Amino acid sequence: MNIALIDYGAGNVPSVERAMQKLGATTRRVTQPAELSAAKAIILPGVGHYAAMLRALDAQDLRTALLAAISRGVPFLGICLGLQALYASSEEAPTLAGLGLLDGAVKSLPNTVKLPHMGWNCLRAVKESPLLEGLNDSDYFYFAHTFAVTDTLADAVATCDHGTSFTAVLQRKNIFATQFHPEKSGDAGARLLKNFLELAA
Amino acid sequence: MSLAHRIIPCLDTDGARVVKGVNFVGLRDAGDPAELAARYNAAGADELIVLDIAASHERRPTFLQTIRRVAAELAIPLAAGGGIRSLEDARSVVRAGADKVTVNTAAVERPDLISELSAEFGAQAVVVAIDAKLDESAPAARWDVGVRGGREITKLDALLWAQRAVALGAGEILLTSMDRDGTLSGFDIALTSTISRAVSVPVIASGGAKTPLHFAQIFSEGAADAALAASIFHDGVQSIRDLKRFLTAANIEVRFPC
Repeated sequence: MNIALIDYGAGNVPSVERAMQKLGATTRRVTQPAELSAAKAIILPGVGHYAAMLRALDAQDLRTALLAAISRGVPFLGICLGLQALYASSEEAPTLAGLGLLDGAVKSLPNTVKLPHMGWNCLRAVKESPLLEGLNDSDYFYFAHTFAVTDTLADAVATCDHGTSFTAVLQRKNIFATQFHPEKSGDAGARLLKNFLELAA
Repeated sequence: MSLAHRIIPCLDTDGARVVKGVNFVGLRDAGDPAELAARYNAAGADELIVLDIAASHERRPTFLQTIRRVAAELAIPLAAGGGIRSLEDARSVVRAGADKVTVNTAAVERPDLISELSAEFGAQAVVVAIDAKLDESAPAARWDVGVRGGREITKLDALLWAQRAVALGAGEILLTSMDRDGTLSGFDIALTSTISRAVSVPVIASGGAKTPLHFAQIFSEGAADAALAASIFHDGVQSIRDLKRFLTAANIEVRFPC
């Protein structure tokens, strides 16, 4: 299967690559828009600053091709910032336009708790999703973020709590995303990635 | 269920091999970093930290190779540091597979390094390591910051330094008690609690761990978000799973089963 791994320079690209290899899947690093045209599945890993990601996507001219592939129905998995990029904007970089595919905004978690939200936390499933097949509310996933989708849980299939409820896993049609890092989340994370591979096959 | 307390084995390396000393001196060989990493990944560690305690310029390529070998074994996060003095040093460590970089002496000498790293990698990737030593001459509890692997004690107040580091963009503090390190007499609860309650970011407690009770105490009384140990895990004195069983029974949330 042609799995495109969008490489905008994020630090976790090699980790995602390795996690997929362990599942027997080969990913292809994509840095140019033409390389997305034949993709059967797309993964957008992200770590760091929202602005750096959006600027890099635009500098590589990947925005239009990515939106086109998603609208063709290509299964898409966003990881961490790759989830946040799906929304119109983020408080982390208010002047930059996100992909705007989903309704809602990315905001800071409340400062009543320690930030970043760093470490292993559990999910609360709120809807059925093939991405969560075989996983349950006692499984832990690794989070490392300060911003999150807190104002709407419209597309959430699982939420998490840190100071407030936020979208931890989402699905809308062929769009899937996780606020945590499945590539760093041990066996539970591997299962989620395997689920994505199966639904994309 | 909420955020779990993390158990973090630390691999102090001389670049290529894991070493361990007492009170920062008397080093001995403790194994191959990639082998230990694979073991801890399978044994339920929540994260791994790899430090280059030699941190000499000549050994840098060896250490980067160690990070690559360790990262290849892990499905958990990896922090790496030791001798990171510039953005370029940090980039090479991240490119080798580290999710976070830790800085210590270089940040004390040039605090702006923290802001530079935070702007490039995000606060969640910047761990400021603070080696703290009790100032026994001070009238109230106060800890001084040690640098250069503990060979030099500055007059910098560890609490004020931790707060400044956070203001500059640190996403986490790795707090080592120089008084307890290597003594197996328990974490420094007063130090950890003082600093953890005064900063907005997670604090990893380090130095002095031996028994499961030490871990329970540093999480409950010390307000630590994570706890680090080295020799007790390397020597097989303490299994991570048994430790997590103990903490679960003590109503301290950890990632378990794992």
